[in-house]
Amino acid sequence: MSDTRTSPDTADAERLSTAPEEAEAPVVGIGVLGWARWTWRQLTSMRVALILLFLLSLAAIPGSLIPQTSQNAFKVQQWQATHKGITPLYEKLQLFDVYSSVWFSAIYILLFLSLAGCIVPRTWQFVGVLRAEPPAAPRNLTRMPVYAAWHTDADAKAVNSAAYRLLKKRGFRSELAGGAVAAEKGYLREVGNLLFHFSLFALLAGFAWASLASGQGGKLVIEGQGYSNTTTQLDDFTGSAFYTTDDLDAFGFKLDGFTARYQAGGDQAGSAREFTAHIRYWVGDDATKLKSSTIQVNQPLEIGGSKVFLIGHGYAPVVTVRNAANEIVYRGPTPFLPQDSNLTSTGVVKVNDYGTDPKGNRTQLGFSGYFLPTAPESFEKTGPVSLFPGAADPMLVLTAYAGDLRSDNGLPQNVYQLDTKAMTQLQQDGTIARARLKVGQGWTLPDGYGSITFDGYQQWASFSVSHRPGNAVALTGAVCAILGLIGSLFVQRRRIWVRATPGPDGRTLVEVAGLARSESAKTAEELAELAVELQDDAPALDEADASADPSTSTDQDSKE
Amino acid sequence: MHLASVDPQLADLSNKLIYSAMAVYMLAMFAHLFEWTFGSKGAVAVRSAEQASLAETVAAADDTAKGVRKVTVKVASADGGTTTLTRTALADAGATVVTSGRGDGDATDGPGAAGTSEKGDLAGRIAVSLTVLGALMHAGGVLTRGLSVMRWPWGNMYEFSCAFALMMVTAYLGLLATRKNVRWLGLPVVIAALLTLGIAVSVLYTSSEQLVPALHSYWLGIHVSTAIMCGGAFYAAFVATVLYLGKDAYERRLAAGTPGRFGSVWHRLPAAATLDKLSYRINALVFPLWTFTIIAGAIWAEAAWGKYWEWDPKETWSFITWVAYACYLHARATAGWRGRKAAYLALLAFACWLFNYYGVNIFVTGKHSYAGI
Ligand code: HEM
Repeated sequence: MSDTRTSPDTADAERLSTAPEEAEAPVVGIGVLGWARWTWRQLTSMRVALILLFLLSLAAIPGSLIPQTSQNAFKVQQWQATHKGITPLYEKLQLFDVYSSVWFSAIYILLFLSLAGCIVPRTWQFVGVLRAEPPAAPRNLTRMPVYAAWHTDADAKAVNSAAYRLLKKRGFRSELAGGAVAAEKGYLREVGNLLFHFSLFALLAGFAWASLASGQGGKLVIEGQGYSNTTTQLDDFTGSAFYTTDDLDAFGFKLDGFTARYQAGGDQAGSAREFTAHIRYWVGDDATKLKSSTIQVNQPLEIGGSKVFLIGHGYAPVVTVRNAANEIVYRGPTPFLPQDSNLTSTGVVKVNDYGTDPKGNRTQLGFSGYFLPTAPESFEKTGPVSLFPGAADPMLVLTAYAGDLRSDNGLPQNVYQLDTKAMTQLQQDGTIARARLKVGQGWTLPDGYGSITFDGYQQWASFSVSHRPGNAVALTGAVCAILGLIGSLFVQRRRIWVRATPGPDGRTLVEVAGLARSESAKTAEELAELAVELQDDAPALDEADASADPSTSTDQDSKE
Repeated sequence: MHLASVDPQLADLSNKLIYSAMAVYMLAMFAHLFEWTFGSKGAVAVRSAEQASLAETVAAADDTAKGVRKVTVKVASADGGTTTLTRTALADAGATVVTSGRGDGDATDGPGAAGTSEKGDLAGRIAVSLTVLGALMHAGGVLTRGLSVMRWPWGNMYEFSCAFALMMVTAYLGLLATRKNVRWLGLPVVIAALLTLGIAVSVLYTSSEQLVPALHSYWLGIHVSTAIMCGGAFYAAFVATVLYLGKDAYERRLAAGTPGRFGSVWHRLPAAATLDKLSYRINALVFPLWTFTIIAGAIWAEAAWGKYWEWDPKETWSFITWVAYACYLHARATAGWRGRKAAYLALLAFACWLFNYYGVNIFVTGKHSYAGI
């Protein structure tokens, strides 16, 4: 079985669909217009549509295996660092931005062009089909894929009009003309098919609108602190053509507390069970009218045109730093970033306003280290890693640097990293000075630099603030696509013809024939049912004497 | 939901039920193997028996009393042959009897795994009964797993696999219950269920616990349930496609006069055209549901992460699978690709589905990685 046309009437069956006819190769020497037409025909041909569909799925693969900037820029950097040799090539091929790359876009744009070129003419054709009468009965009904015939004594005209009535009753669009009934049913298939393909455009439009008019920002908030939705307060922001930092919706909220619960025992010990951010928020400019609410992983908060999502959480150790003169020069929570599922966190404390060192020189102090929510007994086996994400036995592990933090030179600085180029690490007894602090403990820094105490910890939560229009369009498109598909796949479009002709022997020959898009047992059954019903009005004569099948005689009829 | 804890007794019962179900499926598998073995004995007699029964029905249909209306419809099939369908209606009762027979040129459906062997048939019936028993235990296992934590029992790969295997078996038993002639599917279905459960209990097992916050959503019930149903059905279509390819090759060999080895096995399966149609029907039936699954996933992603589509590996592979199945349906609907070419596309699409399930969960990290092994 292949795509060779076996039945002579498959061509007719094909015409049941309004799918355009496949174009043949162009005549040579037809000029620019001819080539343009040829290209367009090729592009809108079924074969090319298939190839493009296939290419689309193929092209989507690399993006799932290579880290993508749009998802995780950090991972891309890591990957690039370990694959230095091949990175330039990958960058040239846009393999870190597959879904916005030129080649990926080219494929889907071509596909949608092809779709438009296919769907618009089909729509016109279909409107034409709806306006016209069902196609008249072919001269030779025996050639139709589904066929039955019998002889009757009933009058041919009466049989035809009975057939017309029956088909009407079954919901066929019917037409009685030229001694035969032509009927067709199942237009919903074509409607569904067109609806489905059109909704793909709606989906695309939704996507396009979203990417042109949406913006998303990130913000880390420590318990007890607040946030108002302005550029200065956002940690990062990605806007788009029609949504910039000037368009940010006016609202804000305070993070009153954060609840995290984890599985305590069993083989999933440490798995998260609940994250809840308890907040009070305001909309507009009046920050005094507060409403309390919560934000959870699957429950974003919709405030004034934006949605606020809970994205991450972690710990912010609270420390107090005293300088050489024993004055407090730094106090407060500093967010550390989690590195693993047990929330082993790393971070730095930058003391910009330290003052002067014991020798009287202006200097700055920096601490770098780990926060372990549940510290192990000793680091010997595991190193400084947390055993559990909950803060059961928190510990702060620090080393200290003195010198220039280089935060005043105007360049943006990463708040989670120390620039140690102009700093020296404090030493004690010839090795790096290091402290392991439990809550309440302090560390007297070597060389008279003062002290740091670990006062406790707070939690922080990070939020994504996102403004995304176009969802409704995409959703409508999606729902229509499904409805269309159901119509397109489950409705059969089929034609039935009935012809009763008076024969020379005084008997009437009743022929019924059917044609459907795909060979389906249903069409045959429907035809059989109809024929049996029709025999109420056209009782079959006993054919026992005539060894000839009634259909054979028609063949002869038509050969005359 | 927050205060719900784990009921260890129910969780334990769930594990025992899953293991018992596996044992019973194993017995069902052996029974099916006996069915196939016994069936090979009687295969020679089949043709004539079939012809005889066909002749009988035709005779019965011809031997009609007065007042009976009868129509015989000729149906041309794609490969040039014709089949006939006869509908008979009794005038008084209004009842209709449909008999269908096949004319020349078209291969007939095989008699099934048991052939004409009575012993084989008995083994087959035992196999089906065992499968029903196994499915009941299996369903109990999935149910108690859910009850032990009072949530949908598909929060991680172990649970997902158990539910998926149950879906396959249920789909098969459902077809049997509607009197479809699909007992030949029994062996591949039971083997697949055993394999899936085997991987689940040995590699993917995690004890029954509450969910990670990312899964605290009613979308879990919608999106994941439909994904499981799609998986089960895609699998059934895959089996039909593979058997179609085998049977088609057999029919060609037969036409060339060299049935080859295992001829008796192939002979007993339904005709290639029937298998082809079955796999197409299932795929076409599932495609809208798969579309819905992806859309439901996108809506959930919007609620959880803020964007409905981020090209996360799972999303990407769902999309690839979707496009691959769309390609297959297109090829059949418009390019006139029937048969083998389309079947290869269907296999490719199923491979994408499998990779999306096992490959992406295990080898690729993305936001879905909490699916948890
Ligand atoms: C954007 C990608 C596309 C997707 C996902 C898609 C999907 C589908 C699906 C799933 C079907 C099966 C429905 C059925 O069997 O009736 C289908 C049918 C069809 N598609 Fe597409 N399609 C796409 C693009 C196109 C293009 C570019 C064309 C024209 C060149 C086209 C023309 C058709 C036609 C003619 C049918 C068959 C209608 C019938 O059976 O009567 N499609 N499409």
